[in-house]
Amino acid sequence: MPGLITMDDLTNEEIISILDDAERLLPVARGELYLPLLQGRILGNLFFEPSTRTRMSFETAMKRLGGDVVNLGDVKTSSVVKGETLFDTIQMVDGYTDIIAMRHPRQGAAQYACDSARVPIMNGGDGAGHHPTQTMLDLFTIRQAHGTLEGLNVVLAGDLRYGRTVHSLSHALVRFGCNVTFASPDSLRMPEEIVNDLKIHGAEVVETDDLLSQINSADVIYMTRIQKERFPDEEEYAKVAGAYKLHARDLDDAKAEMIIMHPLPRVDEIHPSVDSTRHACYFEQAFNGVVARMALMCWLLGVTVPEDITSEGGVL
Amino acid sequence: MSQEGNMRRVTAIKNGTVIDHIPSGKALSVLKMLGIEGYMSNPVSLVMNVPSKKMGSKDIIKVEDRELTQNELDRLALVAPDASVAIIRAYSVAEKLEINLTEEVVNLARCTFTNCITTNHREPLPHRLVVTNRDPLELRCRYCGKTQDIEELVENLL
Ligand SMILES: [Zn+2]
Repeated sequence: MPGLITMDDLTNEEIISILDDAERLLPVARGELYLPLLQGRILGNLFFEPSTRTRMSFETAMKRLGGDVVNLGDVKTSSVVKGETLFDTIQMVDGYTDIIAMRHPRQGAAQYACDSARVPIMNGGDGAGHHPTQTMLDLFTIRQAHGTLEGLNVVLAGDLRYGRTVHSLSHALVRFGCNVTFASPDSLRMPEEIVNDLKIHGAEVVETDDLLSQINSADVIYMTRIQKERFPDEEEYAKVAGAYKLHARDLDDAKAEMIIMHPLPRVDEIHPSVDSTRHACYFEQAFNGVVARMALMCWLLGVTVPEDITSEGGVL
Repeated sequence: MSQEGNMRRVTAIKNGTVIDHIPSGKALSVLKMLGIEGYMSNPVSLVMNVPSKKMGSKDIIKVEDRELTQNELDRLALVAPDASVAIIRAYSVAEKLEINLTEEVVNLARCTFTNCITTNHREPLPHRLVVTNRDPLELRCRYCGKTQDIEELVENLL
C-alpha cells in the first residue's frame, strides 16, 4: 500500500500538486468553510512515543475534513507494554481504520508498518529517521511566503547534527534548486554524508559558524533548538548556544520578505521581540501543519480536492 | 603458471562443487558466507592468490561431496559475483551453474543498526537488505535505511 514514509515517496510534481491542494484547503483548515471530503473515514493515531503537537495536528486535520479519529492511547497502559509486536498492533488497527499516522522510537518502524498494512501509513517520525509531514508543512510555509520554492536562499541554523527535521528539509529544498547555508557550532554540524549527498545532487552548500553574517542575504532562516544535553557543561552550552539566538535588533537589514521559521517548541533561540516583526513565521508554520496534513490525507486516500472549494463547501 | 598447474595444486575431486574465479583474498569470506566451517565432515580445499589469465590472481575453493543449493549460490553472488561454479560428478564437470546478484537479499543477514525496528526478534517480517551498489558491495536496510558493506554483512549473517 502506498504511504508516506520518506520524502522520496513523492515526486516534485506530486509535492507541488499536494501543496496546491493545501492552499485551496486553507479556509477549511481555518474553520471558515465546511467541506467534509473525508466524511466516514477514520484515522488511526499510533503514537508509540508522545508528541502532543504532531498528534493534535493530524487529529485536527481529519476532523476538519469531516472524518473521525481513534487513538492508540497511552503506550504505558496499552498492549504494547505487554510485548505486542508492531506487526500485531498494525494488524489490529488496520482493520479499524482507513489511514494511519504513526510515530515510533525505532528507526524503520514506519516502513515496517507500511509493509504490514492494508491502509496507507503516514510517518510522523521514526527514531532519528524521517518526518516527511513536517517537511511538507515547511515547504508549504516557504512557498506561501515567497510564491515559489525555486532558487531561494535558505539558512538552516542551530543543531544540524541531530535534527531530523533539517535533514529531510535540506534534501527537499535542494530538489527545488534552493541554495542552502548551514549555520551551526562545529560540534553540531550537518552530518558529512548529508552534505556530500546534497552536493552530488548539484546543490551549492555553504557551511559557517556565523549565523548573524548570513541574515541579510537570506530568504528563509530556519532555526532549531540547541539542547543543553549535547554539551559537557552549562558554561560550554551558554557560550556556544548564545551565537545561535535571534533578537529583533539583528534583523534591521534583513530582506523585507525574509521569514523566520522554527519547528517549535522554542526555548530561547528566538527572542520574543522577534514575534512582532514581519519576519516571524513560526506560529503560522505550526498552523500549516493542519492544512498540509489535510492535503496529504486526501492524496493518500485518493480523494480529489475540488478546484473551486467555495462552491462545494458549506458554512459551519 | 598455467591454468592446469593451478588445478593440480589441489587434487581433483570425485563429487562436489568447484568455485573458481573468486577475487583474490575473498575465499575466506566465501566460506563464511556459505556456512562452511572447519568442523564439517566434508573435505574442503582452498587455494589463494594463484595466477589467473583473466583476473591477475584469484582464489579457488573445492568442496567435496556437496552440491551448492540456489540459496547458497545467491549468497556466493554477494562476495564473488563473477565466480564460476561447477558441479563435479565422477571426476567430470556435470553442470555449470549461473550465479546472479539479486536486487534484494531476504533473511540472509540482519541490519547492523541497533535502533532498527528489526532488532526486535519477535517481529515477524523478514530482514530485507537492498543491494545499492555492486562493487564495492553496499546493502541498505529496507526499513531503516542503514547501509552495510561486505565485512559487516559477513558478521551479521542469520
Ligand atoms: Zn535496519
